[in-house]
Amino acid sequence: MYLVFSFTMFLLGGSMAMVIRAELFQPGLQIVQPEFFNQMTTMHGLIMVFGAVMPAFVGLANWMIPLMIGAPDMALPRMNNWSFWLLPCAFLILVSTLFMEGGAPNFGWTFYAPLSTTYGPPSTTFFIFAIHIMGISSIMGAINVIATILNLRAPGMTLMKMPLFVWTWLITAFLLIAVMPVLAGVVTMMLMDINFGTSFFDASGGGDPVLFQHVFWFFGHPEVYIMILPAFGAISHIIPAFSRKPLFGYASMVYAVGAIALLSFIVWAHHMFTVGVPLAGQLFFMYATMLIAVPTGVKVFNWVATMFRGSLSFEAPMLFAVAFVILFTIGGFSGLMLAIAPSDFQYHDTYFVVAHFHYVLVPGAIFGIFAAAYFWLPKWTGHMYDEALAKTHFWLSFIGMNLAFFPMHFLGLAGMPRRIPDYALQFADFNMISSIGAFMFGATQLLFLLIVVRCVRGGEPAPAKPWEGAEGLEWTVPSPAPYHTFSTPPEVK
Amino acid sequence: MRVHAQRAGALFGGLAVPAVSLADWTMNMRPGVTSTSNEIFSLHMTILWICVAIGVVVFGVMFWSIFAHRKSQGHKPANFHENTVVEILWTIIPFVILVAMAIPATATLVKMYDTSESELDIRVTGYQWKWQYQYVDQDFGYFSTLATPRDQIANRQRKGEHYLLEVDNPLVIPVGRKVRLLLTANDVIHSWWVPEFGVKKDAIPGFINEAWVRVEEPGVYRGQCTELCGKDHGFMPVVVRAVPEPEFQTWLAEQKAAAEKERELTQKDWTLEELMARGEKTYQTTCAACHQPDGRGVPPAFPALRGSPIATGDLAAHMDIVVHGKSGTAMQAFGSQLSEVDLAAVITYERNAWGNSTGDMVTPKQILDFKNQQ
Repeated sequence: MYLVFSFTMFLLGGSMAMVIRAELFQPGLQIVQPEFFNQMTTMHGLIMVFGAVMPAFVGLANWMIPLMIGAPDMALPRMNNWSFWLLPCAFLILVSTLFMEGGAPNFGWTFYAPLSTTYGPPSTTFFIFAIHIMGISSIMGAINVIATILNLRAPGMTLMKMPLFVWTWLITAFLLIAVMPVLAGVVTMMLMDINFGTSFFDASGGGDPVLFQHVFWFFGHPEVYIMILPAFGAISHIIPAFSRKPLFGYASMVYAVGAIALLSFIVWAHHMFTVGVPLAGQLFFMYATMLIAVPTGVKVFNWVATMFRGSLSFEAPMLFAVAFVILFTIGGFSGLMLAIAPSDFQYHDTYFVVAHFHYVLVPGAIFGIFAAAYFWLPKWTGHMYDEALAKTHFWLSFIGMNLAFFPMHFLGLAGMPRRIPDYALQFADFNMISSIGAFMFGATQLLFLLIVVRCVRGGEPAPAKPWEGAEGLEWTVPSPAPYHTFSTPPEVK
Repeated sequence: MRVHAQRAGALFGGLAVPAVSLADWTMNMRPGVTSTSNEIFSLHMTILWICVAIGVVVFGVMFWSIFAHRKSQGHKPANFHENTVVEILWTIIPFVILVAMAIPATATLVKMYDTSESELDIRVTGYQWKWQYQYVDQDFGYFSTLATPRDQIANRQRKGEHYLLEVDNPLVIPVGRKVRLLLTANDVIHSWWVPEFGVKKDAIPGFINEAWVRVEEPGVYRGQCTELCGKDHGFMPVVVRAVPEPEFQTWLAEQKAAAEKERELTQKDWTLEELMARGEKTYQTTCAACHQPDGRGVPPAFPALRGSPIATGDLAAHMDIVVHGKSGTAMQAFGSQLSEVDLAAVITYERNAWGNSTGDMVTPKQILDFKNQQ
């Protein structure tokens, strides 16, 4: 259900991106006015982050973690139920703001005060309420994951024998519990500023607009890793499976994820290099940010070493996984460039940043989800999906994605700021290429819907272990996995 | 499978080409006209090439595996999965590379933060959606707003060469002198950026940020606001004209004289027609972005002025809202932004345009009295 919901949100958020790219197809204002354009960028960001990527990972966790650790189901099913049904409520509220007087939130998904408080539209209060609800939902999902992993592991499965997907989700869940309350706190302060006359962020009342950014990014940076760590985990299953060779450096992978999670708490101000942080602070955050490249690098090297001298085959999950490693690494490189504070003065808030985080999130989070979905679809449905169609889906997504986001690097370096509905003439060519790529990527995703529906309806029956090189408890049970899979826990040696 | 492999090879090859040709000027960052921007440019190029080199090595190994170690070619998997020495090695090597990059970056950053010994101070204030430049110690200042006609934006007219990157009054600075910018904002957060200077700094209400620039070559340099600041965020460019010292001095003298003349205008006796003419101009540059050129506004965020109770009712209430703004809304206090003459003219205009025929006329002296009452 999480997965269905998240795919619906993915299509909705995606269609907003189509509006954005359509407006940016040519210079001048053609389709929408700046007011509506800002609402689209804001809602696209919010829906993709909170509506598509996060629920998709929670969905994968709900399905796969019990199977992987030999548990009958998640530890707290009622809480699970509640945390899911909160999500449609939250997004109903959020989407309904589009139809309110004054329009939907229009201040970017980062909702910087005072643009979002003193100068925000009346619907901001509803937006705050929606954020609260989805925060509660995420926290409950995280508690459930932790409870399941710590209590329901099969006998003999020590922590350092857990599958990596389980490990990465355990760490992600702790990140969620640590930062979602911070997000709730910052939106509550906004609520007070808007409706109860406080001035947390209003300079004329003695408040501090920069405080908002500190608190927001203290949530926001770990949030980025919340959206990528579970994908790291899934990829760490897929690459060994199709390389027919065990994962290289399991222990170092676990430590690297831990290190990334810890570092993610002390780098938040790298989003704020231009707000006038004092020199010492600027240097600290620059060094800390550069440091993250080390554990991330270790992970990439380990994946490559796993493929090295394996026996490789390229079914759809592997294609997405390999694309993940390559494109995520490109996103990592641009991230490293952004970490260099003096250069960041030039890159900051330009399309270079847009290119960077789309390279991290689309091939990172989204390709990770696709790879995981194809990898485990036979286990879920009991049928094989259509390999030829899936490969088409991959190649069209891959080409469309690069066509859409690679030219954004050039646009940013040439000086195009982000979040503008109209641009100077020298940016016209690359914007057009980018829009064409985006339409292609967007349309391709309907193919995924078709593949999944056909796979659920029927298809070649899948054996218990459809992939030759796959390892793990989930492949020891028949496909589709029976309800309450492991009622007697399996023994792990 | 072989077909797929060839297709993959062609694709990845295609992907690598733009990455290499990034150095081409059309796709890359341009070196600027200040020492800061040139240092940034060389940092940028260094790190770009380091990334390309790492990428070539990592992806090289990966593609070799992809092509040489395929199951379809009958490659048997090896079974190694751990090597502590390798792990430590590829932790330490990137770390050393990072340290090597951090050193020049730190040096540049320290220089960028050194705003001491400036020869000219200019206060830059961000407004929704324009910039105000005040020459501290010179006693004058002015607003700089977008000069691109609305018809070009709405595609009714051919777009000019500097579409969206042109303003009515650019910032003027002398070449070769260290200019310190004191940045702040009046409403929301803005960000002042000129790529060729390598200067980007947020303008935040309640804060004063510092930045400095020493331009080496005369010319016109263009940038934009880079922090989302509402509806017309994409329509508030930054244009700077760097001129040689003598030309700057002449310009400075002219501006000071003009400011003096403006102050005298307050005492002059105005007619309704004169005020209407001036008011229309002020209205179009200052008020029309929200209340629209025809006074219809964009309700509910930006109310209509045509036939509104304030613009046709009590005069004192009208003066109050224009001078002091309305807290909690986007309506700013224009008392400190506009001169008495402009305030008087714009209020007169609003009370007599678009069928608001109250016949009222407000003089600059009345505004002065109104301000002094408070």
